[in-house]
Amino acid sequence: MTVQKFDIVVLGGGPGGYVAAIRAAQLGYKTAVIERENLGGICLNWGCIPTKALLRSAEVFHNMKHAADYGLLAKDLGFELDKVVKRSRGIAAQLSGGVAHLMKKNKITVIEGEGKLVKPGLLSVSKDGKKIADVEATDIILATGARARELPHLKADGDKIWTYRHALVPNVMPKKLLVIGSGAIGIEFASFYNELGADVTVVEMMDHVLPVEDEEISAFALKSFKAQGLKIITSASVTKLDKKKDIVVCTVEDNKGKAQTIEVDRVILAVGITGNVENIGLEENGIKVDRGHIIADEWGHTGVKGVHAIGDLTGPPWLAHKASHEGVIVIEKIARDKGHKEIKDLHPIDKGNIPGCTYCRPQVASVGMTEKTAKDKGHKVRVGRFPFMANGKAIALGEAEGLVKTVFDAKTGELLGAHMVGAEVTEMIQGYTVARTLETTEAELMHTVFPHPTLSEMMHESVLDAYGKALHF
Amino acid sequence: MAIEIFMPALSPTMESGTLANWLVKEGDTVESGTILAEIETDKATMEYESIDDGVVGKIIVADGTENVAVGTLIALLLEEGEDASAMDDISSGGMASVEINTEASPAAAPAPVAPAHVAPTTISPTGDRVFSSPLARRIAAQKDINIADVSGTGPRGRVIKRDVESYTPREVIRTATFQLHSDAPFEEIKLSNMRKTIAKRLTESKQTVPHFYLGVDIELDNLLAARKELNGMSDDYKISVNDFIIRACALALKKVPAANVQFGGDVMRHYSRSDVSVAVAIPGGLVTPVIRGAEQKGLRQISDETKELAKKARDGKLMPEDYAGGTFSISNLGMMGIKQFQAVINPPQAAILAVGSGEQRVVINNGEMKPATVMSVNLACDHRAIDGAVGAEFLGAIKTYLEHPSTMLL
Repeated sequence: MTVQKFDIVVLGGGPGGYVAAIRAAQLGYKTAVIERENLGGICLNWGCIPTKALLRSAEVFHNMKHAADYGLLAKDLGFELDKVVKRSRGIAAQLSGGVAHLMKKNKITVIEGEGKLVKPGLLSVSKDGKKIADVEATDIILATGARARELPHLKADGDKIWTYRHALVPNVMPKKLLVIGSGAIGIEFASFYNELGADVTVVEMMDHVLPVEDEEISAFALKSFKAQGLKIITSASVTKLDKKKDIVVCTVEDNKGKAQTIEVDRVILAVGITGNVENIGLEENGIKVDRGHIIADEWGHTGVKGVHAIGDLTGPPWLAHKASHEGVIVIEKIARDKGHKEIKDLHPIDKGNIPGCTYCRPQVASVGMTEKTAKDKGHKVRVGRFPFMANGKAIALGEAEGLVKTVFDAKTGELLGAHMVGAEVTEMIQGYTVARTLETTEAELMHTVFPHPTLSEMMHESVLDAYGKALHF
Repeated sequence: MAIEIFMPALSPTMESGTLANWLVKEGDTVESGTILAEIETDKATMEYESIDDGVVGKIIVADGTENVAVGTLIALLLEEGEDASAMDDISSGGMASVEINTEASPAAAPAPVAPAHVAPTTISPTGDRVFSSPLARRIAAQKDINIADVSGTGPRGRVIKRDVESYTPREVIRTATFQLHSDAPFEEIKLSNMRKTIAKRLTESKQTVPHFYLGVDIELDNLLAARKELNGMSDDYKISVNDFIIRACALALKKVPAANVQFGGDVMRHYSRSDVSVAVAIPGGLVTPVIRGAEQKGLRQISDETKELAKKARDGKLMPEDYAGGTFSISNLGMMGIKQFQAVINPPQAAILAVGSGEQRVVINNGEMKPATVMSVNLACDHRAIDGAVGAEFLGAIKTYLEHPSTMLL
């Protein structure tokens, strides 16, 4: 048995863990990552990236179907699902290889296996049930991520009832599909399979789809989804999945107790995320876990000396960019506490400034407070709106469906939130995120010159509209 | 074209200063090395040398102008062979100063105008730019808070929204809050930057630092004998009682490191070197030059350095590195005949020793009266950083060193 000694060991090679490892190596720490499956984690292998690859295929297919709108001819349209999936897997593999290269470049040791915290400062690693190494480190970063939540009556079987993992590598093109949950994961798969021709029904427990988004944006998206043929049932839950030979009979109950059954051939569970807190030695070492997530402070410290936790494992928002950012912060905090001189201006992550993006069609992106949250928190607000149909670039693209909404504090001019639905909004939200991070007011946004012709002009116009100064609408 | 002379940055952090005095006038011939003017920052007055040869063509910023931003055009030099027309194409575009006293400007100079977009609220009392977010500035303006009074917690100390929202005014240094009144005739004199800094720092100290005071009497006869012997051996130096006190304090800080600290909110900083600030009275105020690493220095070196720094201080020639960043202060009014007093801590330091005069007193030892030279000292401590027992131990160490000066040799 080998005992390997490091300064910092990261348990989990996802976007939180591998980024933490790179930062640690940059600061001169002898660093290792323990990964049980694939470098890059869910994000790169089973989440963000492969779904974007699938959705890109769906988008191209959509454009092909609408070729005539652009004066183009496209005949005999079709798709080969296995090739669509193969492309997606190829991209995931390519990027995972890229992370392996980054580890090598930064001289980070990658240990393949399942790590478990034995005691502060010591991890054991096993592979296929056999212990392969003891790993010592002054500081240990837990970054084991999260997985799809299952409920007692909603369990995936990988055949007819899928989680995102199965939905990414479908064994068959569903004819009728039920998606349970209309958060980002559910709605992206609904969008993908709907585009490829499946008859898709989405069931959402809350009263609006994309429940974390601004209600007005959600309503706008709902209208668009319905126009595309998606069936959406809100304020309802799936109470039973009854598997027959070729179909699943799904019982859907609304919040008044009225039930209906829907017969489908495939079901996707997207009812949330739960942290991978099992079998990594948390309870034994006194690390606090609450509802599937580790409780850590704003710096990622668990309260147990030398043990830190980041990313999905520590709770929402379950986003790769949040995990990566926390990965950098946790390492820099450790370094600063050890007197590292390079570390200056270290701040915990501001959860109010983490943008969220959903890549359905139309795309949805937002940062900060919704209008309702702002009002609930007692803000008097000024709201600006600008529709895609009044933007030249959007019309030229044939993407005239969308809305840019901004919410300002009426008194201080603080940009409380920004909410967008429409083409490419996921690429634009960073503009408002920068504005929020810099604490600009409406004045600086108004003074900014936005390039013409771009979709981003709508970001400017929306701000102007909040103050009754919109020019093009 | 004439040579443009700009407001110099006399320290790395200086962003503006007072143009205290012109030492040349229009028409004077200057050469490289000629002292053109005296520039006053918040702590020191420094000389500004010409680096060019020429004739002073025009003085643009007048004597006594405050808050002249670094880089502001302050004068024009004519090179050999040039006449006044060489200055025609130089506009006052380089003027970036704020709050220039236009009345004091010579009539010939174009009236300097502060650019409208430089909000005065972003300038601190010492003339430094305050980095702040637009939202923080707006909220500050709405709440009538001077952004310069708010300490920033954002990147690089930038003042952000939460700083303004959590700010509670505690500074009383605002002209509006002073209601001066008396029937007696008066003359009103504008505060120097030094006076403003003293007012601000010491108000802050008395209002935010919980002071407590420890007093002790120290017998000086052994010390005076040692001093007499040392000074009798050479004419090259003259060790003062104060030099002994500096060395004793420096050694005591090493012996009781818990007293060599600064309170930092959520951290405490423990210093491993004794950098002793010595208060020096100068016309119009006081400054505190620092004897760095005084525990490593002998009495003679301390004596030489103190004399040199005191001279520089009285001449207004102290550089920022001479006075910034001590870890402990000594204020000695003994030579003024003061028997004892209490001093105000010089933040962010955590303690200051107030030294009274040495005088003949009767002391009772083992029931017997005998005359002795006794000096009363008083230690003021920041209770956030130093507790009573630590303060007492530290003061006891100072007393032991001074009463048994040979222990300073150990």
